[in-house]
Amino acid sequence: MFYIIRRLLLLVVTIALVSIITFAVFQILPGDPVRTMLGTEADETQIESLRNELGLNRPLHEQYVDWIKGLFTGDLGNSIRFSMPVSTLLMERLPVTLSVASMALIIVVLVALPLGIFVAKRQKKFSDVVLSSVTQLGMAIPSFWLGMILILYIGMNVDFFKISGYIPWSESIKGALSTLILPALTIAIPQIAVKFRYVRTSILEQMQLDYVRTIRSKGLPEKIVVYKHILKNALIPILTIFGLITAEVVAGTIIVEQVFALPGIGQLLITSISYRDFPLVQGIVMYITITVVFINFVVDILYSVIDPRIRLR
Amino acid sequence: MRKYAKNINLILGSLILFVFLGMMVVSFFYTPYDVNSMDIPNKLQEPSSKHIFGTDEFGRDIFSRILKGSQTAFIVGALTVTIGVFFGVLIGGIAGYVGGWIDEIFMRFMDALMAFPGIILALMLVAVFGPGIINTSIALGIIAIPSIARVTRSGFVQQKEAEYVTASKLIGVQSYKIMFKHILPNISSQIIVAASIAFAIAMLAEAALSYLGLGVQPPDPSWGRMLKDAQAYLIASPWYTYAPGGAITLLVLGLYLLSNAIRDMMDPRSNS
Amino acid sequence: MLKRKFWLTIVLVLVVLFISACSNADEGNTTGSKDEAEATAGAADQVQDIRVRVNDDPDFLDPHRATASISFQMILNMFEGLFIPQTDGSLTEGLADSYEVSEDGLTYTFSIRQGVTFHNGKPLTIDDVVYTFERLMGLNGGEKLSGNFDNLDSIDVLDDTTFVMTLKEANSNFLYSLTALQSAIVPQSNDGKHNDNPIGTGPFAFVNYSPGANLELKKNEDYWEDGLPYLDNVTFVFQSDDQAAVMNLIAGEVDVTGVPGHRVSEVEDSFNISHQNNNSTLIITFNQEKEPFNDVNVRQAINLSINKQDIIDSVFSGYATPIGSNMSPAMGDYYLDGLQDVYQRDVEKAKQLLAEAGYPDGFKTKITVSSHNDIYSSIGQIAVENLKEIGIDVEIEVVEWGIWLERVYFGRDYEMTTIDLTGRPSAYEILNDYISTNDAENFFLFDNEEFDQVMADVLKETEREKQIDYYHRAQEILNEESAAVYIADYQILWGSKQDISGLKSYPFWFHDMKEVKFD
Repeated sequence: MFYIIRRLLLLVVTIALVSIITFAVFQILPGDPVRTMLGTEADETQIESLRNELGLNRPLHEQYVDWIKGLFTGDLGNSIRFSMPVSTLLMERLPVTLSVASMALIIVVLVALPLGIFVAKRQKKFSDVVLSSVTQLGMAIPSFWLGMILILYIGMNVDFFKISGYIPWSESIKGALSTLILPALTIAIPQIAVKFRYVRTSILEQMQLDYVRTIRSKGLPEKIVVYKHILKNALIPILTIFGLITAEVVAGTIIVEQVFALPGIGQLLITSISYRDFPLVQGIVMYITITVVFINFVVDILYSVIDPRIRLR
Repeated sequence: MRKYAKNINLILGSLILFVFLGMMVVSFFYTPYDVNSMDIPNKLQEPSSKHIFGTDEFGRDIFSRILKGSQTAFIVGALTVTIGVFFGVLIGGIAGYVGGWIDEIFMRFMDALMAFPGIILALMLVAVFGPGIINTSIALGIIAIPSIARVTRSGFVQQKEAEYVTASKLIGVQSYKIMFKHILPNISSQIIVAASIAFAIAMLAEAALSYLGLGVQPPDPSWGRMLKDAQAYLIASPWYTYAPGGAITLLVLGLYLLSNAIRDMMDPRSNS
Repeated sequence: MLKRKFWLTIVLVLVVLFISACSNADEGNTTGSKDEAEATAGAADQVQDIRVRVNDDPDFLDPHRATASISFQMILNMFEGLFIPQTDGSLTEGLADSYEVSEDGLTYTFSIRQGVTFHNGKPLTIDDVVYTFERLMGLNGGEKLSGNFDNLDSIDVLDDTTFVMTLKEANSNFLYSLTALQSAIVPQSNDGKHNDNPIGTGPFAFVNYSPGANLELKKNEDYWEDGLPYLDNVTFVFQSDDQAAVMNLIAGEVDVTGVPGHRVSEVEDSFNISHQNNNSTLIITFNQEKEPFNDVNVRQAINLSINKQDIIDSVFSGYATPIGSNMSPAMGDYYLDGLQDVYQRDVEKAKQLLAEAGYPDGFKTKITVSSHNDIYSSIGQIAVENLKEIGIDVEIEVVEWGIWLERVYFGRDYEMTTIDLTGRPSAYEILNDYISTNDAENFFLFDNEEFDQVMADVLKETEREKQIDYYHRAQEILNEESAAVYIADYQILWGSKQDISGLKSYPFWFHDMKEVKFD
């Protein structure tokens, strides 16, 4: 219990620190939100009136304190650029990013797990070496180039795929899939490369353990050895890994949304930074951080439940 | 077979790295064409014997720009790693060696930095420092700090109980000497591995930033920037993306292979 | 035990997915299904729904708050002013159906159009007109929203249909501030909601705005011009990526979009391409208070060394019209032809001028460009190469749009820059804004007495022919003084479905949907 409380405390501290870092960055960020938004056509009258109205003439630390106060009442404030609540904007963009991220995650699980087991079983065979090299390559490709290649060779040639934009699930499931599969693949491919190696390594580690030898010596079929015993025990590190890639998948969506012109959180983030939209940036960064930190927290807890020795670390 | 694989990593990794280093050295003295000279009537020419990677939207020779771009890549990578290693080792070393609340504060701060998906922090930092080679490197260097600090810290935590450290303490060697003269060399291989991965990640991050229009700026040739420019002509001139994309991928691959090889060499138990 | 945990995780992931899909169903827009429904209902008739792609979100929907040209490109379909700008830069009566100007040019008497209703069903009254101007001037309690009416002394209502505006000083350009660009007439009954639920008198009414996605408008059934508009629904789809937009056009996701010049060949066979001189002025300019740019010889030398045709060919694939001053041929007879040929590339002459100015070996300088559109850094790169030939060593500094505005445009802390000046319907504003020393937007810091005098005189001149003479002279001065390197008015190439007609091209950013229809 003490472990969980400590972890929870650390979680809150981390989130607070992230928020303070964001705030500190904005404190020294050159550029003015109102001017950026109104552009060259605005005269000083319009700039001043908008600035007063938005309360931007107050010192930033005051704005930040207000923002913190709002946070406790569940109010993330209003976006400067879009003149509407940050939470509304987040809710509109969330389905896109969440869909891409979860699809990517599912693809990673579906491919990396069997692949890792397959390779672990064929240890010391040539395919192992080949696969290792191929995966290194997968990790080395910049995701946006991979996206362009997928557009060029799959998107342009297969009618099913749309290479830009987003069609909501509610409109057409097929349409949504046609816009989401390629971006999800773009994120998933490098992650598969990394994660299948982890799967392989943890299974190999289990295989070398004494209990496996004992079971084997009892003459159980290899299939049962692998799936029932080894896989079960190897699940702990594998679970952790999938917890960890969530962060990378979420980060991956930011670039991929640009390549495929998907209106998700990542696009919104880039817009909000360039418009110096402090409430919106804070809102998005907080949202992403909380998701990532929370998933890691859950994974950590699960881990410690499964293997109490972890807590001693 | 396994041994063979390790050697492959080492041979292939160093080969790639040497080729790119060679390209960089050559580019200081010679490129087939002036990297910036424009020939607009001959823009977007397909690869040919005259221009082996074709020409870009200003009629500049892409091969020459790829060569020159290796300078940008290595400068960004080296600078990023220098910043990351310097501060990472300093922070991680102090945290690991001193321990206690200093450790707690330093590492919580590092956790917070790591909780940001790297690209978000890079976006914000580049907005602060402005674009350009040096500023991009500073931003990426800051992002590289936490991972190196973590590796260093765990190394220091392990080593500080070692006998040679206790002995040094007993005969009154100053702490900073113990830290950097005695402990640091013992964990240098871990740091080298972390640094080479940081180098590879810096390459990818620079490319991503340049792709978003925020990294290295023209006329400095940067592979990431070239990819961004190429995207506008993706359908009509798909070959334009191959050279810069391939260059990034190959160099990053080389770095990964090399870091794997180093890890295998220093830790015979691990199987890559 | 472990196995169960594993499956639990999988189930959890699936549940999250399912929820995300469902929440999406609640919030996602429903245009698609609506379109489908209408398509089946009226299969015989052509569906009059259009999807027009624009680059970015509007800054505001409230026409008095909006400043970005991209906003007006869309919202001018919802709003009208007392006057309506035409495609040739002239004005016609809009919500004012007639007007008179006094001899001294100080008093304007307007009568308002009868039978006009706002989108909320309320009739247009003279109170709404007064409310509009008071709101703009900050006279009814709110913030002052515009500096355009500082010269307006008073508004007096004579009767239910007539009112008088009195100016402090005569201004022959005054009517141009009475279009929806600067003073859209909005209903008093909508006070406080002009941005959330914009209401005007235009041919289309507001339906919904989804940030980052689209702006939906519908036909104003009670529009005062009989038979117009033809379209039932207009959706402006936001898509910042030009490349993706072309794909969307080909895939039929949008009906109208701007097409980058180098991709015209891919679409010209199956779509209509219309060329719009958008009346913008693409320039490379200098901070003319700083040495050496205060010297006209240096400015001319730079002008002579820049290869404008190279810029037009590489950045705009040739789709741009060379210009020689702020004015573009899109402005009809206000435009003075011939100036575009004055600074033909001549490296020798440029070197000579530079030597005369005391810089025989050139100098070092910096060009600060914004990163929000790649055209600026492309132009910057060409300029660097061109200027190298006359010994000027230029460093490119690429900054974010917000920083460009702060440092270059408002802060005037720069040496050289490149930008395009937005097109306006009024010849006066095109020449005066950004350049005259009386104008706050004069970020070139151009200072020329004769020019200021010409611009002051033209305001007092009521005869159009004489105004044109003044405007021509002003263009000559800008050219002689090389106030900027005038490159081109680049064209916007609109790709549209072949069955669309009625698209019009204005000398400013406006997607006029009033007369558009599918045949």
